[in-house]
Amino acid sequence: MKLDGKVHRFSPNDDINTDYIISGRYKFKIDDMNELAKHVMEDISPDFGSKVRKGDFIVAGRNFGCGSSREQAPRALKAAGISAIIAKSYARIFYRSCFNVGLPLLECDTDWIEDGDLITVDLDTGEVADARTGKNTQAKPIPKTMQILLRDGGLIPHLKKHGDFALR
Amino acid sequence: MGKTIAEKVLSSHSGLDCAAGEIVIASVDFCMSQDGTSTMMIRELESLGFSAPKTKNGMAMVIDHNSPCPSVDVAKIHTRIRDFANTNSIPLFDVGEGICHQLVPESGKVLPGDLAVGADSHTCTYGALNACSTGLGSADVAAAAFAGKLWFKVPESYSLVVNGKMPHRVGAKDLMLSVIGSLTSDGATYKSVEFSGETVNNLSMDGRFTIANMAVEMGAKFCPFAFDSKTANWLSVRGFGDGVKVASDSDAGFEKRFDFDASELVPKVAKPHAVDKVVDVSALRGTTIQQAFLGTCTNGRCSDLEAAALILKGKHIKSGVRLIVAPASRSVLIEAIDGGVYAALLKAGATIVAPGCGPCVGTHAGIPGDGENVISTANRNFKGRMGNNEDVGIYLASPETVAASALAGEITDPREVP
Repeated sequence: MKLDGKVHRFSPNDDINTDYIISGRYKFKIDDMNELAKHVMEDISPDFGSKVRKGDFIVAGRNFGCGSSREQAPRALKAAGISAIIAKSYARIFYRSCFNVGLPLLECDTDWIEDGDLITVDLDTGEVADARTGKNTQAKPIPKTMQILLRDGGLIPHLKKHGDFALR
Repeated sequence: MGKTIAEKVLSSHSGLDCAAGEIVIASVDFCMSQDGTSTMMIRELESLGFSAPKTKNGMAMVIDHNSPCPSVDVAKIHTRIRDFANTNSIPLFDVGEGICHQLVPESGKVLPGDLAVGADSHTCTYGALNACSTGLGSADVAAAAFAGKLWFKVPESYSLVVNGKMPHRVGAKDLMLSVIGSLTSDGATYKSVEFSGETVNNLSMDGRFTIANMAVEMGAKFCPFAFDSKTANWLSVRGFGDGVKVASDSDAGFEKRFDFDASELVPKVAKPHAVDKVVDVSALRGTTIQQAFLGTCTNGRCSDLEAAALILKGKHIKSGVRLIVAPASRSVLIEAIDGGVYAALLKAGATIVAPGCGPCVGTHAGIPGDGENVISTANRNFKGRMGNNEDVGIYLASPETVAASALAGEITDPREVP
């Protein structure tokens, strides 16, 4: 599947933690992901919630999603319209949770992609192409386990479909 | 080749002879969620037609992140959690009981050799009990409760060897901050980290809980400690069994080994806004603080409160400084009252709040003002973490350093306090 969209980058570039993705000021009291989506990334990019459009990408450096296990982070990003994240690396709880809720992640060098670029992401091949510069790169293939979860629409739909884990 | 603790625990729970890198389906002994993560888990469980957990030792839910409830919105979430717990006979630790990562060990639901998961990143804390435990999202924990098992990638392991006698007023928190400073925030991502060596053998169980708690701050998945006489004693005084002791083999395949000398250690502080921005306390001497916070799942145990009280006893915190104390659990609170620790803290000017997470996660009971600095015994100092994003600086340190800094109104080396 190919996705097209606009890139959002942030400062800091590395170690964007789940508190920054959705602050404890909101996530503890709001249980509606569409409401939480209005506040995603607010602590490091106050107007992000009004700027983001359906199909956009987040592009970042290393250790994206570190910190708290809050599943509100991937869920609110998805509700805000983010179609995939491209980063150099991810923290492990966030990595699992994204695929569990059906939000794909790709892992590759990202220094060559700039904020505002229009890129195309091929989830099947892992190719990431930038329309502005004409450059492209090959991200690490999405592991088979995660591909299965994505195909089934996440972990719980996977369990419902198969009645058990069917990840091989 | 021999096996690490992670390989052994995932082998025993999957029925396979597994090694690092493999994907396995493993039975889960216990799972847990807290009030910030339970509603998403409940929705998933209801959609699955859940009736009772299939995990061997069941599950628990804990109301600790907003406890007692600070707002009407949160009250609705708490009601939802209580209703689900009542309907399905799930043990619920409600307001006043304390922080999940103190309550789970106190409950005896996680024992040596166990595999436990929780919808809270600091679930790695139970590694101190010679177990493999890790934090996950709500969907994963729902799946574990529903199926009694979950998929795991068997992690590679790092060996962290610490030798040398720790100097006076230098402790487990300083050691772990030092380790995280050197490995960095993603230096152990997806790894199981096993601490060993003379210093670790001499560490109290509370010190081991502090270290295991912060393993996730360098990305680690598990932080299992070896079983020894301290583990045995901690379990037996609470009337718990020894579980299934597990040790890594002498020829286990550790991916990397790191050596640390504790005898050279000094009090450490993590500067805003990252846990791996660690410096010696001397580098921050004179940094003014308006609030000091003693508590959390990292350093809210009775020995932590006692270490602070020893420094504060007979003195008073600086005028204009707020010292907020949140014990990790009801039993910690009772122990601290019975032992005179609470009186010492109160007489020194401390403000005592209910057992729970509030100040650390910025929900209530200690939100700092704009432009203020806080010195805290917590495990995270991200921007906005304590509930205010306006130029608040959070400095992470040991209970001793927090107490010394509250006395002086500025970041202070606890070794300089008589």
